[in-house]
Amino acid sequence: MKFTLSWLKDHLDTDATLTEITDKLTAIGLELESVTDPARLYEPFFVAYVEKADKHPDADRLKVCLVDTGKEKIQVVCGAPNARTGMKGIFAPSGSYIPGTDITLKKGVIRGQESNGMLVSEREMGLSDNHEGIIEVSSDIALGTPFAALFGLDDPVIEIGLTPNRADCTGVRGIARDLAAAGLGTLKPLNDNPVTGTYESPIRVTLDLTDETRDACPLFIGRHIKNVKNGPSPDWMQARLKAIGLRPISALVDITNYMSFCLGRPLHVFDADKLKGDIQVRLAHQGETLAALNDKTYELDDTMTAICDDRGVVALGGVIGGADTGCTDSTTNVYLEVAYFDPMRTARTGRALQIISDARYRFERGVDPAFLPQAAEIATRLIIDLCGGTPSHHVVAGEAPAWERQIAFDPAIVKKLLGIVIPPEQQITILKSLGFDVAEETPSAWLVTPPSWRGDIEGRADLVEEIGRIYGYDKLEAVSVPKLTSVTQHAETNGMAHARKARTCLAQRGLNECVTWSFTNQERADDFGTLQKDDAARLQIVNPINAELTRMRPSILPNLIEAANRNHARGYPDNALFEVGPIFLNSKAVGGQRTVAAGIRSGHSGTKHWSGAHAARPVDIYDIKADALAALEACGAPAQNMQITRDAPAWYHPGRSGVLRLGAKIYACFGEIHPALLEKMDSREHICAFEVFIDDLPQPRKKGTGKALLTLSPFQPLHRDFAFLVDEDVAAETMIRAAIAADKTMIVAADIFDVYQGKGVETGKKSVALHITIQPREQTLTDKDLEDLSQKVIAQILEKTGGSLRQ
Amino acid sequence: MTQNIQTLKSELASMIEAANDLDSLEQARINALGKKGRITDLMKTLGGMSPEERKTTGQALNDLKDEIAALIRTQEDALKKQAMDQRLATETLDITLSPRPERKGHIHPISQTMEELVTIFADMGFTVAEGPDIEDDWHNFTALNFPPGHPAREMQDTFFLPEDPDEQELYAKKLLRTHTSSVQIRHMKENKPPIRIIVMGRTYRSDYDMTHTPMFHQIEGLVIDEHIHMGHLKGCLRDFCEAYFEVDDLPMQFRPSFFPFTEPSAEVDIGCSRKDGGLTIGAGEDWLEILGCGMVHPNVLKNCGIDPEKYQGFAFGMGIERIAMLKYGIPDLRTFFESDTRWLDHYGFAPQSRPNRALKD
Repeated sequence: MKFTLSWLKDHLDTDATLTEITDKLTAIGLELESVTDPARLYEPFFVAYVEKADKHPDADRLKVCLVDTGKEKIQVVCGAPNARTGMKGIFAPSGSYIPGTDITLKKGVIRGQESNGMLVSEREMGLSDNHEGIIEVSSDIALGTPFAALFGLDDPVIEIGLTPNRADCTGVRGIARDLAAAGLGTLKPLNDNPVTGTYESPIRVTLDLTDETRDACPLFIGRHIKNVKNGPSPDWMQARLKAIGLRPISALVDITNYMSFCLGRPLHVFDADKLKGDIQVRLAHQGETLAALNDKTYELDDTMTAICDDRGVVALGGVIGGADTGCTDSTTNVYLEVAYFDPMRTARTGRALQIISDARYRFERGVDPAFLPQAAEIATRLIIDLCGGTPSHHVVAGEAPAWERQIAFDPAIVKKLLGIVIPPEQQITILKSLGFDVAEETPSAWLVTPPSWRGDIEGRADLVEEIGRIYGYDKLEAVSVPKLTSVTQHAETNGMAHARKARTCLAQRGLNECVTWSFTNQERADDFGTLQKDDAARLQIVNPINAELTRMRPSILPNLIEAANRNHARGYPDNALFEVGPIFLNSKAVGGQRTVAAGIRSGHSGTKHWSGAHAARPVDIYDIKADALAALEACGAPAQNMQITRDAPAWYHPGRSGVLRLGAKIYACFGEIHPALLEKMDSREHICAFEVFIDDLPQPRKKGTGKALLTLSPFQPLHRDFAFLVDEDVAAETMIRAAIAADKTMIVAADIFDVYQGKGVETGKKSVALHITIQPREQTLTDKDLEDLSQKVIAQILEKTGGSLRQ
Repeated sequence: MTQNIQTLKSELASMIEAANDLDSLEQARINALGKKGRITDLMKTLGGMSPEERKTTGQALNDLKDEIAALIRTQEDALKKQAMDQRLATETLDITLSPRPERKGHIHPISQTMEELVTIFADMGFTVAEGPDIEDDWHNFTALNFPPGHPAREMQDTFFLPEDPDEQELYAKKLLRTHTSSVQIRHMKENKPPIRIIVMGRTYRSDYDMTHTPMFHQIEGLVIDEHIHMGHLKGCLRDFCEAYFEVDDLPMQFRPSFFPFTEPSAEVDIGCSRKDGGLTIGAGEDWLEILGCGMVHPNVLKNCGIDPEKYQGFAFGMGIERIAMLKYGIPDLRTFFESDTRWLDHYGFAPQSRPNRALKD
């Protein structure tokens, strides 16, 4: 909401400075967004006298002028045809900034003649496009008179950010009323004296609404005004409209805009001669159209409020007028519409048709329902004052909607809600200054009636806010919130704790944490999801912001892969990235969203290094498997007990991926991203990835905070190595489990330390070397004990693998 | 005999001295003291001597044995030191070579900030509540006192999802939460006062320019009890801001504002200085808006089954990226979501420096 200082002072009698006013606006909840003082922009420019204007010796079209600024006489070279001896114009000294051309003047020499500053045109001052000649001012104006004051450009423009509850401040008068209540002056009376009508309006109004739809337009006041003369509105009105960014059109149109911004009261003026028959207000018929004032045609539906004549819809109530019945320069008879339109219906219509208008803005917030008769008088007076003419009697259809309501209020509630004491008499003063009526039934039981323009006031909390904001929020006293326990309680949820542990663990393992969109696009969602069709359809954003962010993501991986691709394109091909965040399986509040720790490694594990090739090896699934296991373990999940199966989802390489699970429940997937997908996504490096589902992890059983008792063996562990020849598809895990199964108490560790295929090993087989650690429990082992144990290990492995011992 | 011993002594001594490695020294030791060594040989002759002679010669031989053993030890030490010196001389490495490469990972500033928020608010007696990103009209708007069709809904450009046919009316109208305030509703429906919670998470609005991203993070605070008033709100925010921004006596101003779910409502500014193009939080000539807040609207309490005659309290909400940008001097919101590895390396946090109010970073 924009207005000018002088406009405000039409309504507010105040000695306050501009700064005091703008500070107070913010303090009472009408937040100042900007103040532009054009006087500051135009500060350098003033009236000067052209003492002499001679033809330039070396240029036909230029003149060399001697300009008297009142303080000194300066030579200026000027190209304007109207520059002449004895005129007064507007002088811009060198060094000044010329707003219309966006240049800063410098001293110069033009065709050999020195020129200091310039005499300016309207275009150079940003007033109009006129560049025919320089501005001329009347000879009786004193030298040095500031340009801004002379042209009425010294009126500061104030813009406030209006919250949607304050319909009353969509007009300057409402703002003045609030400032007056806050002690910044007094509200001036409004001249709403009736303008007597002299004839019956030839146009009558009927409200063709039912009891159910009556609220669409409960009251319509019409007035015929004949013999008006339309034309430009007066300078003062044009200046104000221009200052707040509106384009003056004609007096009749400007009056409607002025009423909107001055009093928060939108209204409409028809060209009465273009209306056919009487006016009827009804709901539109489905499919009816209106060619609107903005040169667009709208198709209406039966929820919209239509103002109609005998031919059809001529305006959309509260939203926009029709083009065919609008006022033009040749309009001589007009019909004024002052009506009340339902906020909800207006909002819905405006939204459905995507029409943003100053009328809609006000009606959907709720205009003052009791102000229609006065508004009709004020608008009539403006029309007659500016355009002449004779008004008819009023035509009134319907009645003002009920707005009076009483709120029971105990002044003690102010202390209870705000924590500070504001004396009851001061509360009453504040409420009354804002237009509220207060009836004190008893000292602790008041009945408060909000004014007609404050439809937003519903209950006692609203009254406390009114009292508080005018009293001043700066007087609130800060008090720490009392704690319920003296020692800090755990604040995290289990899910958050898992996320934090996974995040810390993965960052420690060298991955960088990212935060990427919860969105992806359709194609990626299909490539990285296994959702049912219905679930997928319900994760489609109805109004996406662009074509890339159309779906809720079923996986974090496509975003990370794209991030890696972008980094590669910037010259960083080796990436290790992760994210802990949501994925979406359906749109339900429960079970639709899961928290996943997902990561990728691309390219090489490091840069080339003197220490050997291992430092810069291509990343592989064993890197990423370690990440997945580490994240699981960090969250306290029994990762080492999990089974590994080969049924990872389709976005992984089928032969280079796995699933970590306990029974049917899947806790993580890992592997290389499917090469076909990488190709599709234009990835130039191979990428390995993992997804750990951290929101539903099994936790180790725990009794209290104590850990299991540690028993240390007095005997040293022993180590034995074996080598087997097995089929190449025998899984390492099969052999390790078999080895441990040979003696679960004494064999405490087993792992593969070599896998070999090639020369010396027949095709289809592999040589696998196994290392086991034996922990004697009762006594040291004899050679025979050891030999027996070794044989058991060998027998177990041979049985499970069908292989042979390699000698 | 004495003469012989003297000769032998000088012979053996020069042999030991001549031994220039541990092998030849061992040879010399065997030669002198071994089972068939020279001194041992002489010891064997003692048996054929007179008791008197045996006594003096035995004594002399024992002395000789000790002296030679001592000489061997000395020589051995010298040789070992020499060998060690030689070894060390050959083992010098270029200590300026780089260590084996290890990747350094970082925590994203949003996560870091959220953990800071948890630690501060935990100290102030809050716990964390959570809720889904995909919400419905009732939880995101209607229960928060945004009636359907109310223009306040248009303050927030909402992303919509298709209706859920399994749900009815407002619960079927699915959308992405525009604020974390929806979790207030879920929490109050499930829990009785006293309530002291914060909610953090992703929020979504259809806005994408220099200072807006379609997804961002919010923190929401909610305190409901019998005697919580707006002074507590001011105190809570003062305590939080001073702790978070690490500025004592941080100037703070409350400006009246409007949110459908609070009444009275306020926006909060903190003091700052914008001298020399920078931005410093603290006492200064300017104000910086950081959050919106207010006393929970009685309608909201009613919608959640809490008696507004008995209970009251406050709520506040602020942008996590915004306060992270302010605290850590990150200039551009959009960069948070670009996953530029250079940005992550620079603005990210080392995993060992997780925020903890009790421990120093």
